[in-house]
Amino acid sequence: MEIPKTFLGYKREDGRTGTRNHVIILPVDDISNACAEAVANNIKGTIALPHSYGRLQFGADLELHFRTMIGTGKNPNVAAVIVIGIEPKWTKRIVDAIATTGKPVEGFSIEGVGDIDTIARVSKKAQEFSIWASEKQREERPISDLWISVKCGESDTTSGLASNPTVGNLMDKLEPLGVHLCFGETSELTGAETVCEKRGKTPEAQEKFRKTWSSYNDFILKEATDDLSESQPTAGNIAGGLTTIEEKAFGNFQKIGGCKFIDVLEPAEEPTKGPGLYFMDTSSAAAECVTLQAAGGFNLHLFPTGQGNIIGNPIEPVVKLTANPLTARTMSEHIDVDVSKILSREMNLDEAGDELIKATIRVANGRLTCAEALGHREFVMTKLYRSA
Amino acid sequence: MAGTDIIIHDEKDNVGVVVIEKITPNQDCDCWIMENDKSVKIQSMDEIPLGHKIAMTDLNEGDTILKYGHDIGKVVKSIKKGEHVHVHNVKTKKW
Repeated sequence: MEIPKTFLGYKREDGRTGTRNHVIILPVDDISNACAEAVANNIKGTIALPHSYGRLQFGADLELHFRTMIGTGKNPNVAAVIVIGIEPKWTKRIVDAIATTGKPVEGFSIEGVGDIDTIARVSKKAQEFSIWASEKQREERPISDLWISVKCGESDTTSGLASNPTVGNLMDKLEPLGVHLCFGETSELTGAETVCEKRGKTPEAQEKFRKTWSSYNDFILKEATDDLSESQPTAGNIAGGLTTIEEKAFGNFQKIGGCKFIDVLEPAEEPTKGPGLYFMDTSSAAAECVTLQAAGGFNLHLFPTGQGNIIGNPIEPVVKLTANPLTARTMSEHIDVDVSKILSREMNLDEAGDELIKATIRVANGRLTCAEALGHREFVMTKLYRSA
Repeated sequence: MAGTDIIIHDEKDNVGVVVIEKITPNQDCDCWIMENDKSVKIQSMDEIPLGHKIAMTDLNEGDTILKYGHDIGKVVKSIKKGEHVHVHNVKTKKW
């Protein structure tokens, strides 16, 4: 198949391209959710991104909170941003960082004003942003402006056999075209960690991966009360035939095809070493992982599932594929691409990879994913430890 | 290519994955090895559902399960060729 050289996206002020054109209302902290949701209710064409944290965090945990907030605002799928926090200082820090992209952004704080007046003031600005963004047009942009993140969920053995290798096939075909790619799920590479480490393109990338994986594994061993048999693999994984974390890891790892990663990113860190594959240190929980990848600047997500994970994200469209014929049949409203014919050998990996590329470009051009049409907007902050 | 009941990733693997809705005891199954495109046959001993593993050889306690050509865990209860391989007879070597 000849891969299209372009797609239709929204060109942003900083040169990046969005596959979506969202105006977001971003609460800095948990107690500003009510305001953000009220504004998004008032003003059509805006979405609120409520979450559970943002108070009394400190150290690396606070830095990650800021990085996630800022990265979400900077993501090219976002046209304009309203930031609402209880206090002005943290709000301003986020606004100033998002403003470096050149996109419209404005911050508001609630203390000394109260919810009702804040909602009125913010609604006026949000209306202005929403109408402004509505005039943005899609234009032809190079395929290399796609930044694709991947993560699998509710995996079973069909994931490792077919849907994850389909994603790997897509990576093998898109990497030479200059696309940015990202995989994560540090804990779920356990068992395949030495094989994965060798996929680092440079000794530095390999060393960084080894340290990142070891540190995550040490944390798990420290906190584990038993053999994690209730968590990894999950009950859904086990029902689908996955027996151990090692088996899950080798299946998971099929998503990167034959690609080598050029760098290891902190959670929510934006890649800076040019096109190619990156590994991001993330949890293996779906919503946490995709939220971090979206904050890293990725503008389209591919999500293979076995037993039927239903996740979506508010700003990054999530394309779901499965090779499990039962899931494709019983949960069809969640599945964008059905590759179950690989198992019956009526379709080969090359054909499945092409199908996925076609679906990816249609979604990049604006086709709604199943998760978007169903209203899945899971925005979940990763919390590293307790607040002070 | 209809008629594949079990797929095996790598020639070295000692387990295969059921890819039809289920296989029943004493069923003669057609297996396809992805790595080298070879076909082999096996008779099942158990009922095994879609996505679950079958032992391609007799396995003793302490043996290593190979899938994707790699170590994915240890046998904790001996397994006969054709039997269901899962959490009741295999455990992780990691956590």
